[in-house]
Order: sequence, then structure tokens, then C-alpha cells
Amino acid sequence: MIGNLDSAVPGGDIGDKWTQHKFDMKLVAPNNRRKFDVIVVGSGLAGASAAATLGEQGYNVTCITYHDSPRRAHSIAAQGGINAAKNYKNDGDSVYRLFYDTVKGGDYRSREANVHRLAEVSVDIIDQCVAQGVPFAREYGGLLDNRSFGGAQVSRTFYARGQTGQQLLLGAYQALMKEVAKGSVDLIVKTEVLDLVVKDGRACGVITRDLRTGAVRRHSAHAVLLATGGYGNAFYLSTNAMQSNVTASWRAHRRGALFANPCFTQIHPTCIPPSEEYQSKLTLMSESLRNDGRVWVPDDPDETRPPNQIPEEDRDYYLERKYPAFGNLVPRDVASRNAKTVVDAGRGVGPRKNGVYLDFADAISRLGEDTVGERYGNLFDMYQRITDEDPYQVPMRIYPAVHYTMGGLWVDYHLMSNIPGLFVLGEANFSDHGANRLGASALMQGLADGYFVISYTLANYLSGLLGDPVVPTDDPAFDATETDVNDRVNQLLSIGGTRSPDHFHKELGRIMWDYCGMARNQTGLEKALSEIPALRDEFYKDLRVLGGGDTLNQSLEKAGRVADFLELGELMCKDALDRRESCGGHFREESQTEEGEALRDDENFSFVSAWEWTGDPAEETRHEETLVFDNVALTQRSYK
Amino acid sequence: MKLTLKIWRQAGPESEGALTTYELDGVSEDISFLEMLDMLNEQLIERGEEPVEFEHDCREGICGSCGMMINGHAHGPEKGTATCQLHMRKFADGDTINIEPWRAAAFPVVKDLVVDRSAFDQVVEAGGYITAPTGAGPDANLIPVPKDAADAAFDAAACIGCGACVAACPNSAAQLFTSSKIEHLNLLPQGQAERNQRVVEMVDTMEQYFGSCTNHGECTEACPKEIPLDYIAFMNRDYVKAQIKNRKLLGQR
Repeated sequence: MIGNLDSAVPGGDIGDKWTQHKFDMKLVAPNNRRKFDVIVVGSGLAGASAAATLGEQGYNVTCITYHDSPRRAHSIAAQGGINAAKNYKNDGDSVYRLFYDTVKGGDYRSREANVHRLAEVSVDIIDQCVAQGVPFAREYGGLLDNRSFGGAQVSRTFYARGQTGQQLLLGAYQALMKEVAKGSVDLIVKTEVLDLVVKDGRACGVITRDLRTGAVRRHSAHAVLLATGGYGNAFYLSTNAMQSNVTASWRAHRRGALFANPCFTQIHPTCIPPSEEYQSKLTLMSESLRNDGRVWVPDDPDETRPPNQIPEEDRDYYLERKYPAFGNLVPRDVASRNAKTVVDAGRGVGPRKNGVYLDFADAISRLGEDTVGERYGNLFDMYQRITDEDPYQVPMRIYPAVHYTMGGLWVDYHLMSNIPGLFVLGEANFSDHGANRLGASALMQGLADGYFVISYTLANYLSGLLGDPVVPTDDPAFDATETDVNDRVNQLLSIGGTRSPDHFHKELGRIMWDYCGMARNQTGLEKALSEIPALRDEFYKDLRVLGGGDTLNQSLEKAGRVADFLELGELMCKDALDRRESCGGHFREESQTEEGEALRDDENFSFVSAWEWTGDPAEETRHEETLVFDNVALTQRSYK
Repeated sequence: MKLTLKIWRQAGPESEGALTTYELDGVSEDISFLEMLDMLNEQLIERGEEPVEFEHDCREGICGSCGMMINGHAHGPEKGTATCQLHMRKFADGDTINIEPWRAAAFPVVKDLVVDRSAFDQVVEAGGYITAPTGAGPDANLIPVPKDAADAAFDAAACIGCGACVAACPNSAAQLFTSSKIEHLNLLPQGQAERNQRVVEMVDTMEQYFGSCTNHGECTEACPKEIPLDYIAFMNRDYVKAQIKNRKLLGQR
């Protein structure tokens, strides 16, 4: 361990910190903002909202995305909803309760002050989105509707059918396009950021590759904001989009940015189980389904009857049985582990016995098919298209899948990494969800960071640079970094081996899922730590990328991303081995309660692990940020 | 199952393209159409041939990246389904499948099945937003929105911007896309202040890139979100009204 990281959390009462700090931070006057250039990487909820907001305020913003349109960022696929402490349902919600639930749900591994700020601004997010025209679900009286999600006993989730992410992203995208029209944001599409430029310890620009022409370009700025999402695709099969990757974050990490809690990955309990070898990704079925769906498996592992013919007494509604208070709405990590337990015990369902039932029969008889269809129709349709089974007639089959990564680049309270000038927003940072994210909190965090946090903290940083020009793009720092990028691209193109990028990606995914998935142990992780470097060596000997570097070349794009996953995967396993406790989504088999729940070790592990690149993933050194809990008492989580 | 694929290969925007025939055996009916193309690409790489480029990302039918003409139908034979959600069980052993990019002057081919759809972003940039700067919004429940209006706005907002409507249209018109972007906002109380300007600017921008609508209705047939033609009627009504409305009087009820 090297030193204790300074989180820069301001003093004062938890409820006043952000308000007071907003006053204490320095501002940039409106007439000075145009003197600052800011690069935003990514156009999802965090990136688009940040770029739009900073553009509105008068900064010169460049927003870079590898998609052909900002609207395609993977935030679009979020289904269920967004949490906010509006208490419109009058059922006991408050900012403090959302804060409390989030810290508890994260199994006490998040930073209290960040989480409280998140809960505070949650209410502003809903106001902002409605003003933009986001068509949230409404009651007949015209007011907003809510539903409940896992880990909460109040209804605080705002939703837009099963397409909340789409509607929120379109809101942010439209706000962004408004600024593009005004000329305050320069939008660069189909362009991937392949490295971060650092000079005198400060982030001063990025190197990009135009995916259509292969042109490598330099971009200079006073600050760089990474809003590049999570790294769940290290597992190959996940609910992430096919292109979601860690490259921008990893390249920043290799330039000195600390990577925090890389082993904290969320396995979402309700996804469609894999069906065959060419499966390219897994499809999520929104957590909101657990509002009305009941999870069960047959008592008998040798059960052969179709689900509808299995009588009640031969079914095990194991979540309702074990957790009467929260029932089917326990947090994601708990629901996932319990699904694994019953499937490992041979009680799985479906042709490969790799799922559990999520049954809507009771909801349909209670509410009618129309109401159930109104709530979940698009999800039911999607399920039917994929599986050819009708969930109105037979229970869905679901199984956990990699979905979200709580870990990410380390940031302080200002969302700034340890490299001054490099800020990290949304899923790409580590800060707010601890070891487990609650449902409907990812959208909240992405928009909180982009709409309501970064404009304050960025101004505080930029105010100290007033009058300083950007580093010119012919500076030696740009020369050196561009050379590195070109060398890497040429290396991938020239290996001339026999195996496709996907071959290596699938192999890595198998290792990660087997040894660093829902349950981890020392033996398995050590095995992974020997297999991954061997696979990486093989990659650099036997990779085959056809075609050139001067046109659209998706194999080349893929190869670069897999290369980075092959390093990150090793660090994830190293972190998982290092953290000899269970917490949230990180379940070490050696550390569990008598009932098989995650057992934390607060005395030894109440900290954030932040890893520093030293030239080899195996040799990374760990820094710590001690977590201080002044408000929420650390207890064994109980959802019984 | 065993398939014969005739796929459009085109090396670059300026190159000539042609259909190339590939045989693909051992295709499971449970895989998706794009997974079938993945399978082909893995075999091509093994044989030392360049893989087929196609846009795809979420594979859940929501990002709008994917899209191709499959046997002459935008997104293929299944109604209300984007290419990524189409599964091979909709085809039969021995089938020949024609796969081509979107065909429209406004969507130039970049490579193989990939086209450039940035004209859609130009249409949105022309006015497809509500000017509500961050932090300026009043309490979310201040303005009740009747459920029917909210639902109608939502049905329009469901558009994924894939371009199937343009590809399916004999005129390569973008009325279904543009109207859904406009009416999502024009149907809501929050969208009223910019309603007239929005429809005029967006329609005029659309006309610069795309053909004209002659009410064939192929767009709604091809739309993976089944957005109805009604929105085109709403847009046309809004457009005409915007021409005659004295905008100085908009503050009056």
C-alpha cells in the first residue's frame, strides 16, 4: 500500500457539504468561459449531458464518440428506470433515505459524501428531463408515475415504459444537438480516442483515430472528461453493447490514472440464459419485472413437467422464502447468487438447466393481461423474439449475466482523477455504487455527474488556468503519444497470425466468468492469473487482422479493444484475489456467513483499492482510500 | 441449416460494389441474424478473406445501429423487428438470402453494409429539441401532461433512428423519422414555445437531403418500432399551421 489517497471531500455535515462546497469552489465568469477548451469523450448519458451543459455555459466543447450518432451510446439500452428522492408517492422517501439505501445497497464500499450529493441532485434530474420533454410514465391525472426497484421499500423509480435509458439519452442527445447547432459544441463522430496526452503531469489532450479513414489526429484542451462507460465486456458475454470497451480508460490508466476497485462487477439477475455457441451477447430483462414476476424453481432437480403443470407445493419460491421482507425485490447481488445456488444444485430449468423461472401467472390473474402488457409489453415481445416462447403463457427463464461495473478510474469528490485535468464521469468512474449498484441508479449517476456536478467542479479546476493557452498539438508530448498510437495500430495489423480477435475475446471471457464471476476463490483466481498472461502472449503471436488501417476496419477496432481487456482482466483478478472479503457483487467463497451471504471484513478492507500502472498488470501497485462512515452504521446487510 | 448468402461487398465510398455469394453451413435456428453474420465472418477470417463490415451495437433492438435490406425488406421479414432481433428460425434450410445496405442518396455507402446516416443528425440539429438549459426546469409535476398526450408523445419518441423508413420508401423520403422527432416534442406542453419554428426548420432541413413523401406507407411497414403514419399527418398539419400563425400572438390562449 502506498499512501492514503485524498478524496477532497469537504468538511461539514453530510447534508450541507455539497451546498457549502458549491459556494466555496471558484467560478469561471461567463465572459471567460469561451477561453477554455474542454474535450468530452463519449456521448452517453454522462457525456452528452456534460457536453450539453458545458456548451450552454459557454465553454468550447469538443464531444468525441465512436458511434455514427451520439444517440447510439449504450445508455440507450437501459430499460427499467431512474431513481429520484421526489417522494411523490408520499411513502416515506427522502434524500437521506435514498442516500442510506444506496450506501447500504453498495455494501458499505462507496464514499458517503458522493452518494449524498447524488441523492440530493436526483430530484433536479427529473425536473431537467421533464423540461426537455422526456415522456416519463404518467398517471391519468397527468402527474408522474413511479415504481419500485430492488433494495428499496419505497416507490422512487421514474420510468418510460421499458425504455427509460432510451428516452433519457434522447433528451441529453437533443440538448447536445441544440449546442451543436449553436456552435458551442463540436461533435466528432465515428472517431475513437486511443490515448491520453499528459504534459507536466496534467491531462492536455487526446489522440484519436477516424474509424472511417484511419486518420490519426491530435486534440488539445484545458481538460479532458472521460465518459466512456463500463468494462463488462471483459467477460465477452455480457449485457453490454458489442462495442462497449475499456480502451479510453485503460489508456488513461497506462498514463498514470489510478484504476479503482476493478473487481467490483455487477451480475444482473434477470437476463436470458445463453442458448448456443455463437451467442454474441446476453439480453437483459429489466429488474422492474421483479415487481410483478415471481422467481421459482422446481423442488425436484429431476422435474420433467412443463412449468404450468408443476403444482404450487412442488415449487420453491426461494427468494420469497429466504427474504420475506424484500422477497423478489432483494438487491441484484443477492438475487444473482441465489440463482446460482439453485442452478448449481441441479435445480435449473430449460433445455440446458441453466435458468430459473420468472413467473407472471399471478400478476396476470390479479391485474389482467392488458395491465401486465402495458407495464412490460416491450420486454415480453423481446423475450419472445429471442426465445420463441410466450411469457404470457409460460414463465420466462432467466439467469444472471454481467451487466455493470462499479469499479472504474479513481476520482476524488470533484470527479477528477489523480491526473489533474482528467475528469471521469458516469459508469467509467468508481465512485458512487460501492460493491453493488442498486437498480435504476446508473441513469441517475450518469446524469448527476453530467448535468449537475461537473460544471461546478470543472470550473473550480479551470479557474486556476485562466490565461494559460492549451498545449499546442505540435508539442513533443503530442508527438510521442501519437507515435505510440501509430505503433500500436501497426503492430495489430502486422502480427499475421491465424486467430481472429473474437477468438481471444471468447477465451478471456471464459477465464473471467469461470474464475472471476459470481463466486471467486483463491485457487481459481490464481489459475486465472496464470492463464491470462499466457493468453495475452498468444494474442500477440497469433492474432489475425485482415484489411488495412486506412478504411473502416471493425476487426482492427476489435483487436485494439481486446488487447486492453487482456490487461484489464488480469488486474480484475489481481484485485479480486487481493480483497480477501466478500462485499456486494464481489463474493469470495472463503468469506461468507453461515447462511451463505457475503461477509465483509470491515476491519481490514474498508477502503477503495486504487491500482497504479507500473508497466505490467501483474506488477501494479495498490493505493488505498480509507472509507469513513460518519452517518451510516456498518452492519451486515439484511433483506430478510 | 445450410444457407446461400448473397452479400453486397463494397471496399469504400468511391468503389464499385457487387453481390458476392457465400455458402454457410451448420447455422442454428436459435441464433440471431447478426450472429449468423458473425459466424460467416469468423469463417472468412480463417480463410484469409476480409470480413463483412456491418453496423451493430446493442443487439437488443434499441440503439438503431444495425439495419440492412434482407431479401429486399428493410430489417427482413419479421414485422416490428430490427435486424439484430431477427432470428434464423424465420428462415428455412436451403434458403438463399440477399443482404444489401440501405439504398438512399442521403445514406452513402461507407463500406459493405455500412452507410452514413448523419443526415438524420442534421434534421435533429435543425430543431429537434426543447431549449431547456440545465437547471432551468421547474418542478417536474408542475405541468400535468394528460396520459393520452404523454403516451402519444412516447409512441413517437420510440423511434430508434435506424433509417429503415428511408430505405423502404420508393422516394427515399424521411417523413416518418422527421415527424416522429417533431411530434414527440410538439405533442407535449413543454414543446409548445418552439413548436412552429421546430416544424418549419426540421421539415426544410429534411427536404435538403431526402425525397418527397407520396403516401406509400412502406415506411411504417418497415419500422421496427411500428410508428404509425398518423405522425406524418400531425407534422403536415403543424407545418401548414406554422406558416399562417402570427407568432407574436402565441402567448395568448
